[in-house]
Amino acid sequence: MISANLAAIFYLVSGILFILALRGLSSPDTSRQGNYFGIAGMIIAIVVTFLSIGNFSTSLVYVIIFLIIGGAIGAFIAFKIPMTAMPELVAGFHSLVGLAAVFVAIAAFLNPAAFNLGNVGDIKLASLIEMSIGVAVGAITFSGSIIAFLKLRGIMSGAPITFNGQHFLNLVLGIGIFVLIFYLCKTQSTNIFWTVIIISFLVGVLLIIPIGGADMPVVISMLNSYSGWAAAGIGFTLENTALIITGALVGSSGAILSYIMCKAMNRSFVSVILGGFGADNSTDDKKEKKDQKPVKSGNAEDAAFLMKNASSVIIVPGYGMAVAQAQHALREMVDKLKKNDIKVTYAIHPVAGRMPGHMNVLLAEANVPYDEVFELEDINNDFANSDVAFVIGANDVTNPVAKTDPKSPIFGMPVLDVEKCKSVLFVKRSLSPGYAGIDNELFYKDNTLMLFADAKKMTEDIVKNLD
Amino acid sequence: MEIDPFIFRLSIFILSIFIGYYVVWSVTPSLHTPLMSVTNAISSVIIVGAIIAALAGSSESIFNTSSIFGFIAIILAAINIFGGFLVTQRMLQMYKKKKDKKK
Repeated sequence: MISANLAAIFYLVSGILFILALRGLSSPDTSRQGNYFGIAGMIIAIVVTFLSIGNFSTSLVYVIIFLIIGGAIGAFIAFKIPMTAMPELVAGFHSLVGLAAVFVAIAAFLNPAAFNLGNVGDIKLASLIEMSIGVAVGAITFSGSIIAFLKLRGIMSGAPITFNGQHFLNLVLGIGIFVLIFYLCKTQSTNIFWTVIIISFLVGVLLIIPIGGADMPVVISMLNSYSGWAAAGIGFTLENTALIITGALVGSSGAILSYIMCKAMNRSFVSVILGGFGADNSTDDKKEKKDQKPVKSGNAEDAAFLMKNASSVIIVPGYGMAVAQAQHALREMVDKLKKNDIKVTYAIHPVAGRMPGHMNVLLAEANVPYDEVFELEDINNDFANSDVAFVIGANDVTNPVAKTDPKSPIFGMPVLDVEKCKSVLFVKRSLSPGYAGIDNELFYKDNTLMLFADAKKMTEDIVKNLD
Repeated sequence: MEIDPFIFRLSIFILSIFIGYYVVWSVTPSLHTPLMSVTNAISSVIIVGAIIAALAGSSESIFNTSSIFGFIAIILAAINIFGGFLVTQRMLQMYKKKKDKKK
C-alpha cells in the first residue's frame, strides 16, 4: 500500500505522459514514440491504483480477469478492423468511454464510502454535482456515439432525421437535466439519479439523429470532446489528477477538431448541431439546369491516355474512395504513372471522408508516403500548374460554386481549385449531387472528363490501360 | 483561511485545457485520425475509478451492485485501452516516408 500523496504524484506522472503522447503526434516520425508514452502512462495509472487500494483479496483476481477479457476483445478488434472502418470504430470506442463513465458514477453513487465521498444518502455536495455532470455527459456521449456508429456503419440511414419541435424538445430535456441535478443535490434520491441518466441517454440520441452523413467529421470530434469532459467530471469526483488532466486534454482536443472541421465547411458549430443540412435547399432552379447541360464522359482508356501525356497529376480523394476501397488500386495507378516520370501528388480537403484525417490513414494504408500527401492550403496553388486532376470519390469539396455563387449553401467553404487544372478526370458513379444537395459545376466544364464507374473498378481499368 | 483542495484540482483542470489547446494545434492534420484514437485510449484512464469500485466489495460478497458496475466498467475501459492503443500503433506504423519504399 502506498500513501495517497505518493499515488497522486504517480497520477501526475501518467498525466504528463499522456500530454507527451499527444505531443508526439506533431509529426509522423515522433508519433510512435508518443504512443509508447501513452501506454506507459496507462500502465502507471493502473498499477498505482492497485497499490494504493492495497486490497489483494480475491476481488483482485476478478479485476485482473475482467481486465484481460476486455483487453483481449480490444486487441482482437484493433487487429481485425479494416482501415476503412476507422470512423465507426472511433465512434464505437467513444460510446464505451461514455458508458464506462456512467457506470463508474453509478458505482460511486451506490457506494460512496469506497471513494471517500461520504455515505449513501449523505454524499458530499461537491462530489454529487461533479458526479451528476460526469454521468449526464457520459450518458450523452454513449447514446450519441451509438447513433453515430449506426449511421457510419450504414445500419441506420445517414440522412438527417428531423421532426417538428425537435430543438424545443432538446432544450426542454436539457433544462430538465439541470433541474433534476438540482433536486438530486437536495434530496440525494436514487430515483432522480436514474432519471438523470435516462434523460441524458435520450438527449444523446436526439442530438445526433438530425445530423447527416457528411457532417460526421464534426460529430465524431464533438463526441470525442464530450468523452473527455465526462472523464474530467468523474476525475473531479474521484479526486484523481490523471483523470482530470486526461479529461481536459481530450476535451480540448475534440473541441479543436470540431472547430477545424466546421471551419473547413464554413459552417458554424451551432448550425451543424442543429442539423438537417441539405434537406432544405432543394431549390428548383438548380435541378432544371442539370437536365440540359452537356457532360463529357469518357472511359478508362481516355483517362489513361490523358494521364500518360501529363507531366504532373494531382489526386483528390474523397469519401467515395473509402466506400469503394479504391486506395490500393489508386496506389498501383500512381506507381505506373511515376514510372513514366510523371509527378504525382495528393490533395486532401480537411473534411474529405467521415472523420478528421480519414483519407490520410487510407493512403498510408496503401503505402503512399506521407510526404506526397498535402493539405488544402499547401497544394491549392499547384492546381493551376498541373496537367491533370484526378478526382476520386470527392465532390462538394471541389465545387467552384463555393467561390462564385453567394446564394449557394456551401458558399465560402474553402474548396480545392481543381478547375484550374488543364484537365479534370472525375470518377463518380453518376451525376447525382453530393451531400450538400447541390450540383457541381465542374461536371459541365469543357476540360472535365467524367468517368462513370465504381472508383475501384475504374482505377483498376486505368491501370490496365497504362501498360 | 485555507484553500479548498477543489480549487487546486480546478487549477490543474484549467491549465490542462490550455496545454491541450496548444498541443493539439501542433498536431499535423494528417495524423488527426490517430489523434482521435489515442485520445480515446487515454480517456479510458477512467478505469482507475472502475478498479476502485470493483475492489470495494467486501470479502464475503465480492459482487454487490456497486462493484458489479465497477467490473463491467473495467471490461469497457479495457476494450478501449487495448483497442485504442493498438489500433493507433497499427495506423502509425503505416505512415512512411518516401525513402522507405524505394526498395
